[in-house]
Amino acid sequence: MNFKTFAAFVGPSVFMMLLFIALPLASVLKQSFYVTQPIYETVEVESCSPGFPEQICVTERKSVPKLDEDGKIVEVTTYVGLQSYRNVLELERAWNAVKRDGLMALQSIDFWKALRFTLTFTLITLPLVLGFGLGIALMINNASQAIKGPVIFISLLPFIITPVIGALSINWLFRGDGILTAFIEWYLQRDVSMFAQAWTIEVLIMLYRVWHVAPFAAIVFYAGLQTVNSDALESAVIDGASRWQRMKYVVIPHLMPLIIFISMIHLMDAYRVFEEIVGFSSQGYVISLQWLTYDFLVPDQAGNRSISRASASAMLTMIGIAILLVPLLRRTWQDHKGGH
Amino acid sequence: MSSRALRQPFALKFTSATFLAIWCIVAAFPIFWITVMSFKSPVDAFSSNPLNVVFGPSTRAGGNGLSILDILMGIVVIWITARLMTRTLPMMVAAYAPAGQKWIGWVIGSLVVAIGFLVTFFAILPAILDALNPVFGPLGRDIIGLTTEHYKTVWIDRGFSNNFKNSMIVTTGVVTVSLTVGTLAGYGLARSGSGLAFAILIIALVFRALPHSVLVAGYLPVFISSSEWLAPILGENAPTLYGKPFAVIAVLVAINQPFTIWMLRSFFQSIPAELDEAARVDGCNHFQAFRRVIMPVMWPGVITTGLFSFLLGYNDFLVTSLLLDAQNQTMVPAIAGMFSRETTTTDQVVAVAAAVSITAPLFFLVMVFQRQIVSGLTAGAVKG
Repeated sequence: MNFKTFAAFVGPSVFMMLLFIALPLASVLKQSFYVTQPIYETVEVESCSPGFPEQICVTERKSVPKLDEDGKIVEVTTYVGLQSYRNVLELERAWNAVKRDGLMALQSIDFWKALRFTLTFTLITLPLVLGFGLGIALMINNASQAIKGPVIFISLLPFIITPVIGALSINWLFRGDGILTAFIEWYLQRDVSMFAQAWTIEVLIMLYRVWHVAPFAAIVFYAGLQTVNSDALESAVIDGASRWQRMKYVVIPHLMPLIIFISMIHLMDAYRVFEEIVGFSSQGYVISLQWLTYDFLVPDQAGNRSISRASASAMLTMIGIAILLVPLLRRTWQDHKGGH
Repeated sequence: MSSRALRQPFALKFTSATFLAIWCIVAAFPIFWITVMSFKSPVDAFSSNPLNVVFGPSTRAGGNGLSILDILMGIVVIWITARLMTRTLPMMVAAYAPAGQKWIGWVIGSLVVAIGFLVTFFAILPAILDALNPVFGPLGRDIIGLTTEHYKTVWIDRGFSNNFKNSMIVTTGVVTVSLTVGTLAGYGLARSGSGLAFAILIIALVFRALPHSVLVAGYLPVFISSSEWLAPILGENAPTLYGKPFAVIAVLVAINQPFTIWMLRSFFQSIPAELDEAARVDGCNHFQAFRRVIMPVMWPGVITTGLFSFLLGYNDFLVTSLLLDAQNQTMVPAIAGMFSRETTTTDQVVAVAAAVSITAPLFFLVMVFQRQIVSGLTAGAVKG
């Protein structure tokens, strides 16, 4: 295939990716160094109120947004360097808090709070997803042929459900005296409120994510299990390997590429955790990095969106993605070189 | 499995089956439960006693309920419909649809069965049962409370049908454009072994990892002020991109593009290159080879990729909630607005009904396309 045909085939796709992914990325980087604000001017206003024997007049200096001929607010964009980053990171405040009260004090600053949760979430859910996924795959593999279809159908439901709705459905089971909260209260014989402190919400969010992603891992592993070489398993039996040893020395090494694949996908997706915060309405207690950017982008009561701060927090989120991607890219590159 | 050496002891099989059953309950329970809740009056739906939620005494007291007779008749109608779909319809399609256009037969047949089912189930059956219930005594007495008022509130009073329409516009747009653009690119990438093709794939992989909020932070200021900077090109009536479904479609297509081209590329690689080389020898150029030889055999891959594009467009919350205005809002962000004002329990049950309404199409999607979804999940993975 010569270059011209190749360009014709790939062109539209590359164009869309450049226009809607690469360009916004560059513009976010630029936005994070600039701030757009209305120009304020100070005007002297004399306001008089009726009084006796004379009116009482007060002269005030007020700052009001400057208007142009059409009555629109004049806005000016200024270069502020790293100021937006400083506003998001609040390094000085964070440092003082840490010096005074130790590491937990970082919880009072949004960015550090979000970073802490995002990392904990990513690292805790990863082994759980892999473990449950492998377990479910082995169980489906063990089941008789007739029930495999229905079981896979049921397993797909948590995976396919809209993330916000999935989180909401778990939320409703626990909200107030929802039946699962009632069950826990009956079991522990004490009052439980799942949404009154951060750690219970975090546990629920992680449980939800495992429920949501484990089916994906299970189905991928199940497909992998179909290709395990049964001769290798049988010779392991003849060599006297126990069930556990067969698992450890034959099955797991065979599934290793799939384990890496799922880990990579899960790390990428878990780092972007966002819908759970909306579904569990947990912003008062638990927030994530992507939610922080989203929150800056949502207009506040005055209708302003803090675009530059959102850009700065978006760029800081990107650093994590970059660290995550390096091993993945290295592996793909090696595969590519090995494949040719 | 045939080998005797690998046979498992009964205890292991039993444990495995038990845990599998537990998993199935865990997987389906939340969805099943919110479905049950959505049909009950608020007092029952949020009752802490599960039996109250299932049988709904206060819903029943309100005069809404099902008798044993209702349930039996309902099951019979559903069973007949299932038989029609799985037995009679394939035979009818095989007999009457012209060869090569089987899918038209399927579409028409499914529509007829669906409309027939809806009319029978929701119009004819209630009328018959209203007359029969008093005659049958205890069998005709209500035992399960059930009300559809929350669905009426959601779809009629709260204007959810408008959100549904917007969701359909966005998802249809995303699937069509995504597949058109992605199929061409996937084919090009699969058939070209050049370094440039590989570089594009790697960059796509990087783009796949980007948080969507990063991209939206880039779009928002540009979209809001678009009527100003588009004015020199498009003149007076330059559109404001903010709030427009087509702008969101373009954004979602682009976000979905990395995944689409990776997936379609792996599908095209499984089609032997000899096929289009033969067509080239017969005098086709690349585009003709693509249209005449590849297009007829690529549909399984395209359908699978289309399913995942549909899911992306349908499930998206972040992009649609930030880039669409209230009038063009899709279903998922609309429900977020619904539960943020859930001040009374009635509002909460209404939100539950909305959630179930969003989930129902996905349920049928898995039912019909289970095999394609599974093959799509494993396609990228098994290759490693």
